[in-house]
Amino acid sequence: MTDQEILDTLRSIVNEIAGVAEADVQLDKSFVDDLDVDSLSMVEISMAAEEKFGVSIPDAELKNLKTVADVVNFVKANA
Amino acid sequence: MTNIAARPLRHSEIIGLGVHRASRIVLNDEIVGPIDSSDQWIQERTGIKQRTWAPADISIIDMAVDAGNKALVHAGISAERLGTIIVSTISHPYQTPSAAVLVQDRLGARHAGAFDISAACAGFPYAVGLANGLISSGESDYVLVIGVEKLSDWTDMSDRGTAFIFADGAGAFLLGPSAVPGLGATIWGADGSEFEAIVMQPSLIELREHFKQTGELQFPKLRMQGQKVFKWAVGGMVEVCHRALEAAGLTPDDIQAFVPHQANNRITDALVRGLKFPESVVIARDIILTGNTSAASIPLALDTLLREGQVKSGDLALTVGFGAGLAYAAQVIRVP
Repeated sequence: MTDQEILDTLRSIVNEIAGVAEADVQLDKSFVDDLDVDSLSMVEISMAAEEKFGVSIPDAELKNLKTVADVVNFVKANA
Repeated sequence: MTNIAARPLRHSEIIGLGVHRASRIVLNDEIVGPIDSSDQWIQERTGIKQRTWAPADISIIDMAVDAGNKALVHAGISAERLGTIIVSTISHPYQTPSAAVLVQDRLGARHAGAFDISAACAGFPYAVGLANGLISSGESDYVLVIGVEKLSDWTDMSDRGTAFIFADGAGAFLLGPSAVPGLGATIWGADGSEFEAIVMQPSLIELREHFKQTGELQFPKLRMQGQKVFKWAVGGMVEVCHRALEAAGLTPDDIQAFVPHQANNRITDALVRGLKFPESVVIARDIILTGNTSAASIPLALDTLLREGQVKSGDLALTVGFGAGLAYAAQVIRVP
């Protein structure tokens, strides 16, 4: 998967779970501070990402995934 | 070899519903002080606007008897005809005897066996499954199932993870024999390796030893790893619900209502998203005004839908309970 493909898939996940417009899901955005995604939605997003990307996101790792780029890079490194 | 006579196998159905709603309405603003939270935060994370607590002089037995009586009246069956009373609770303050025998005495159910089960938030569908088995096998004609909790007694009001969640109340189903199935098979399971996810601590032995050593009384309170439970419920209960529908020979399009344990509105949201119900399926959201009443939440939520006219007698509802254990149970029911 290219970075763009990962980002596009992530945009659709964030939109479905947290109702954030796909265009707002940019690499430099913070989930909590910019996109108003709270901790429970982050858990759901991580679960959907695990399924779509075939990665495992441990609970301890979830805390480090603060921005959209963090998730994209995590998926790229672990998929 | 001489045969043992067996009673004929048969089906069961729910013929009565009764609830007791705790009388004291507690708004979020009343509890946010010690946990440094806000009404908005609680509503966003849980959906809860208020919860109902029982006053100090109302016991879980009082609430259970009230709900049980109403279920009997609804069905037009006298307590003397009860074969079994099953109470699901985690807030009965005695190790023994059970809450169920006290309910049996107060109801005047002279011929009923009575016992409690401990399956926390999964307890109500667990007990309904047991009742179905007792009736189907011919052991009992009428079984009263009661979920009752007074979790306000067991909540740490300074715990930021649980203080705003738990509440009090009771709900009861009366089940009886039926020519056609009134329930789908119960899909249940447990994972005791995750027992620490929701646990009432300290144990009574730990309490005694701590008191001996320090003179300080650490009353048992519910502790919950909220995110872990959220992930487990959201990740696992969709499949459990699908299995319960399949066991009843149904699809999400065939039912009229979804009545999950009222754990957290956000869990309900995620389950609804995962189950892809058609618009026509009514979703129970009693937690908004009642809070999380553990074993009592499914009958209380169903009662609300009936009172509001959102479901009617004869409709099919999918119920699922999940929580401490971890344990879960689900079944399709025909609404009484």
